Amino acid sequence: MPDDLINSYKTGPDENGRFGIFGGRFVSETLMPLILSLEKEYEKAKTDQSFWDEMDDLWTHYVGRPSPLYFAERLTNHLGGAKVYMKRDELNHTGAHKINNVLGQIILARRMGKTRIIAETGAGQHGVATATVCAKFGLKCVVYMGAHDVERQKPNVFRMRLLGAEVVPVTSGRGTLKDAMNDALRDWVTNVRDTFYCIGTVAGPHPYPAMVRDFQSIIGKEVRWQLAEQEGEGRLPDTVIAAIGGGSNAMGLFFPFLDDPSVKIIGVEAGGKGVDQRMEHCASLTGGRPGVLHGNRTYLLQDDDGQILEGFSISAGLDYPGIGPEHAWLHDVGRAEYVSITDKEALEAFQLCCTLEGIIPALEPSHALAHVMKIAPTLPKDHIIVMNMCGRGDKDIFTVAKHLGFEIS
Amino acid sequence: MSRIDARFNELKAQKRKAFVAYVMAGDPDFDTSLELVKGLPAAGVDIIELGLPFTDPMADGPTIQLAGQRALDGGMTLDKTLGLARAFRVTDQKTPIVMMGYYNPIYSRGVDTFLEQAKEAGIDGLIVVDLPPEEDDELCIPAQKAGLNFIRLATPTTDDNRLPRVMQNTSGFVYYVSITGITGAAEAQAAVVGPEVARIKAVSDLPVIVGFGVRTPETARAVAGVADGTVVGSAIVAQIEAGKPVPEILEFVRSLADGAHAA
Ligand SMILES: Cc1ncc(COP(=O)(O)O)c(C=O)c1O
Repeated sequence: MPDDLINSYKTGPDENGRFGIFGGRFVSETLMPLILSLEKEYEKAKTDQSFWDEMDDLWTHYVGRPSPLYFAERLTNHLGGAKVYMKRDELNHTGAHKINNVLGQIILARRMGKTRIIAETGAGQHGVATATVCAKFGLKCVVYMGAHDVERQKPNVFRMRLLGAEVVPVTSGRGTLKDAMNDALRDWVTNVRDTFYCIGTVAGPHPYPAMVRDFQSIIGKEVRWQLAEQEGEGRLPDTVIAAIGGGSNAMGLFFPFLDDPSVKIIGVEAGGKGVDQRMEHCASLTGGRPGVLHGNRTYLLQDDDGQILEGFSISAGLDYPGIGPEHAWLHDVGRAEYVSITDKEALEAFQLCCTLEGIIPALEPSHALAHVMKIAPTLPKDHIIVMNMCGRGDKDIFTVAKHLGFEIS
Repeated sequence: MSRIDARFNELKAQKRKAFVAYVMAGDPDFDTSLELVKGLPAAGVDIIELGLPFTDPMADGPTIQLAGQRALDGGMTLDKTLGLARAFRVTDQKTPIVMMGYYNPIYSRGVDTFLEQAKEAGIDGLIVVDLPPEEDDELCIPAQKAGLNFIRLATPTTDDNRLPRVMQNTSGFVYYVSITGITGAAEAQAAVVGPEVARIKAVSDLPVIVGFGVRTPETARAVAGVADGTVVGSAIVAQIEAGKPVPEILEFVRSLADGAHAA
């Protein structure tokens, strides 16, 4: 834990886009010039008050920020230990944290004169957010989505189409999120001159991991003052917990607390059917090793020959064999702890949240909640946990019904 | 002198353009692929580009994606790809082999171990699509130290400011990507490519080979005419996909080579 700012955990990435050995710019030459110009544009915007004024205005009036920080009283009583707060990013316009980041990238795209936006999506939340903001600004939008995910996230596919986006089902590979990202990258190298790639998580080549983190950090920044308002000046959470697909909602919650040594940080990966040699999970940190994919070095699910494995999770939004490079680094330096939760545990948490709090959570934050359920009972009553309720579950009711043995469609 | 340099000296002396053929190692299976690779030099191929299969070939179109999948489904690995090169070298010590692929299988093996094994197997150069000059410390510099050529891609988006950086630390030849796009996509246009090749030649003495979007003997001839040679990949791989017998594929390769050599 750093005692002074020289050893801050918040200085990354370096000029080569590295967090320790992770991150970087592993892309084809065709994309390099564009990535460098994006980096320049972003560096300019970061210190440009008019950029943040535009963001703030949209966050307030279009997204509905700040999202509430909610004390989950019945859940807290039920668990009988730590005090549990939920950061209600599921109340954002479009139903998840994804739009925080999309707004930032689309404003940048407009500044760069790009007229066509592409995105990859797993659960469809990032696709919906991108389609939404493109509609608002009159930009052409193409969303790549694995054919398998198109099947299990039908409501979001229809939403994107209603919003005027073109949804391209991806059949290459096994037709999930990683394949959607491959095809988005293929589109990008083909249409690099007029197209902006709006990446949905803290992954991809530099500057995406840092840029997406910065846009999502609004989550943690709000938690800081909201908790102080409710619990007293200067009170910080004792533990912050978030689910991790690529890791954007988690980075957004964690980043503002990295240099507060008293705050314990826990990322929850999707354990699927269990993190073991069957590899039917998406826990890159607990079950993978370092490799290079989609523009960055990070922990990846891969075989002994460096071939990438497909993830497996009940949650389409967590179904990615990699993880953002900053998480890989935080894991290796020990600043954050990473655990995994199985499909079964996530489903139980999903149901409990519905009946105890009247909140239907997405399957992604249900993973975070499941870990809260594990640790809260073991912690004292004055211990404060903040978990990121980063998405609502409307999109998941068909999947959940199927797993619970109901037929609703 | 590397095999690649020797081959270009030879071509220069004969005033001939280079014809480079790409095939995926292990597509559709190890034995067929080896038979095909062995037949390439006699079909007029000056340099062999040997694809190293990868699950996520982000710069490749459907034809080469599927070739990689066929190879992987058939049990192809990095070791077997090196084994294929080794088996080829038993009967051919002159034709350069450039291994083309993505970084992760190499990184996974360990760069130093990989370079030693590649050199021993008779590989002469590397093209690794996802390693731009910004990442030269990863593999490019160690490869040159180990005596392998590291061949760089230059593209239509590589502007004049950037070009010297792209040409730095490269050797063997320069691979100019004729289009912004993936393999097997749009047709290369010699009229567009010509000035681009001249732009590269202004900052580099290396031979410039043009690839992506060359599918027919006519295009091979036109494109080779404005460069030092040309590469064909997807069009050959498509013949494998169609299940053509090796002699028939080699006949097609011969027609492409004749096109390039007529330039
Ligand atoms: C609600 C929700 N949470 C989490 C994720 C996972 O992404 P990340 O880890 O970047 O937050 C998704 C992705 O689709 C999502 O929809």
